[in-house]
Amino acid sequence: MSPTQRHELLVRLHDDAKLSITTLAAMMDVDSADVEATIAELEASGIIRGYCAVINWDRIERDRVRGIIEVKVAPQREVGFDAVARRIYQYPEVKDVTLVSGSYDLQVIVEGQRIQEVARFVSERLATIEHVQSTTTHFVLKTYKVDGVVLDDDGGEQRLVISP
Amino acid sequence: MNALRNRLAPLARSLPPSGIRRFFDMASTMKDVISLGVGEPDFVTPWHIRESGLHALERGVTSYTANAGIFELRQAIARYLDGYGTVYHPETEILVTVGGSEAIDLAIRVLAGPGDEVLIAEPAYVSYRPLVHLSGATPVSVPLRPENGFRLDAKDVRARITPRTKALILCNPNNPTGSVLNRAQLESIAQAVRDADIFVVVDEIYAELTYGQSHVSLPSLPGMQERTVLIGGLSKAYAMTGWRLGYAAAPDFILHAMLTVHQYTILCAPAAAQVAGIEALAHGGPAVLAMVAEYDARRHLITRGLNELGLSCALPQGAFYAFPDIRSTGLSSEQFAEELLVHGRVAVVPGNVFGDQGEGFVRCSYATSIGQIEQALERTRMMLSAGRD
Repeated sequence: MSPTQRHELLVRLHDDAKLSITTLAAMMDVDSADVEATIAELEASGIIRGYCAVINWDRIERDRVRGIIEVKVAPQREVGFDAVARRIYQYPEVKDVTLVSGSYDLQVIVEGQRIQEVARFVSERLATIEHVQSTTTHFVLKTYKVDGVVLDDDGGEQRLVISP
Repeated sequence: MNALRNRLAPLARSLPPSGIRRFFDMASTMKDVISLGVGEPDFVTPWHIRESGLHALERGVTSYTANAGIFELRQAIARYLDGYGTVYHPETEILVTVGGSEAIDLAIRVLAGPGDEVLIAEPAYVSYRPLVHLSGATPVSVPLRPENGFRLDAKDVRARITPRTKALILCNPNNPTGSVLNRAQLESIAQAVRDADIFVVVDEIYAELTYGQSHVSLPSLPGMQERTVLIGGLSKAYAMTGWRLGYAAAPDFILHAMLTVHQYTILCAPAAAQVAGIEALAHGGPAVLAMVAEYDARRHLITRGLNELGLSCALPQGAFYAFPDIRSTGLSSEQFAEELLVHGRVAVVPGNVFGDQGEGFVRCSYATSIGQIEQALERTRMMLSAGRD
C-alpha cells in the first residue's frame, strides 16, 4: 500500500473502527488481503494502539466525573518534562496527558466517580509529585464534541425519501 | 368539481406526473426504508457557509437583490467558471437563479417554442422533457446507449437533426447514469452542434463531482460559448440543495432574454442564500474536496457490492449515482424497484423515469452513509436470493 493509501486507511479507521476489512477494501478499491496486511503491520509497529467506541457518557446515569487539570512543572535537566509526565500517566485515574504550550505545561484529564475523588487525587497524588509547581482543576460540566464527533444533536434524516 | 378541473389549461392537464412521484408516495408510507433514491448530498452545508448565511440575516440582508443576483456573487461565479477555461462577463452574461432548475426552465423558454424540436440526451434529469413540453416545443430523445457507457455519441445527435431542431440538452456529469464525457467526446458533439447550427443547454451541476478526471466544460470548446447556455449551481458540490441557488451563464443576447423572464417570474434568488453562496465559492474548496473523497470511497463500495450481487454496474465517473443493469433479474425497472421497496425495504429509482433508454436499469444514489449502503446491499442480496428460491 502506498503511503497515501496507508494514511487514508488510518483516517478511515479513526473515523470508524468498526468498518470491516471487506468494506475498507471496497471503499479504497484495493484487495482485502492488502488491507488486512497493512492493518497488521500498523498494529505491530505501534502506530495503531487500539480501537475504542465514542460514547456519550452524559446519557448514562452512572456517576462519572472528569477533571481537566492544568499542571505547571519545573522541567528537569536532561529529561525535560517527560519524567514528570511519566510519573503522572502511570495512575489509572489519568486518562490523557499532553504537553502544551502556553501558561501551563501539562494538561491532564482525570476521571473518577465523584468530585471528591478527583479532588483528592489532585491534591494527594498530582500536586505532591516532585517538580510539579502548581495545579488548576476544571471539572467538566457537559461534553459537546469528542474527537470530531458531535454529541449534543440527534442527527436524523432531513431529506425526502426520494428526489430527482 | 370535475367540470372545473376540465377547464384547467390544456397544457397543464397534458403534463404527465413525474414517474418518481409514485415511488415517493409508496416509500413515504413505509417504515424502516433505506433510501438510495435521494438526489442530493447527505452532508449538511459546511458550517462556514451556513454561518455566513446567518450573519447575512443578522445584518438584515432581507430585501430584494439585483434581478441578476448580487454582483459580488456573479463575479465569484465568473471567477469560478474562468477556472474551466470560459470567460463570462458578470454584468451581462451571468444570472443567479433559484436552483439550477429555474435556469433550465428559463433556458428552454427563451430558446424553444411551438414548431421547434429540442433534442434531449436520455436517460436525463426528469425536468427537461416536461419543460420542453411546456414551452410548446417537441422533445426528441437522443439515446445514451448502455453499450457506450451511457455517453452521448455525436452520431446519434446528427441522426436526429432536422430543419426544426433548435437545441440540444445534455447533462454532464450525468444524472442518472454517473457517466462523464471526456474532451474528445465533447469535441465531436460540439462539431455536430456547430454543423447543425443549433443551441446547447448543458447542465453541469455535478461539475465538481468527478473522480480521477477533471471536468471539461462544454462552452470552453472552440465556437461553443456563443451558442451554449451553461447551467450550474451550488446545490450538489457544496451540499446546498435547500438554499435554492443556481445560475446560468450564456452569451448576453440569450442571458438578457432569460433575465427578462426571471424578472417577471422570480425577481431574484433569496438574498441570504446569495451571501452564503459568495462564501461557498470563496472558501468552500477544501470542504468540497473532502466530500468528493467520501463519495469516491462510497462509489467503489456500492459498485463492487452491486457487481457481486450479479447486477452489472459500471464504475460511475461523476455525480453520486450508480446505474446498475437489472435485466438479468428478468424484471422491468419498475418491477425491480417495487419488489426491492416492498420486500427489501430499499428505495431506488427505476431507470425508465429518466427516459425510455433507462429501462432495464435503476438509479442508486450513494449520497448516503457507508453503513446504509452496506445494509441496502445486504437487503438487496436477500431480496434477490428469495426471488431465486
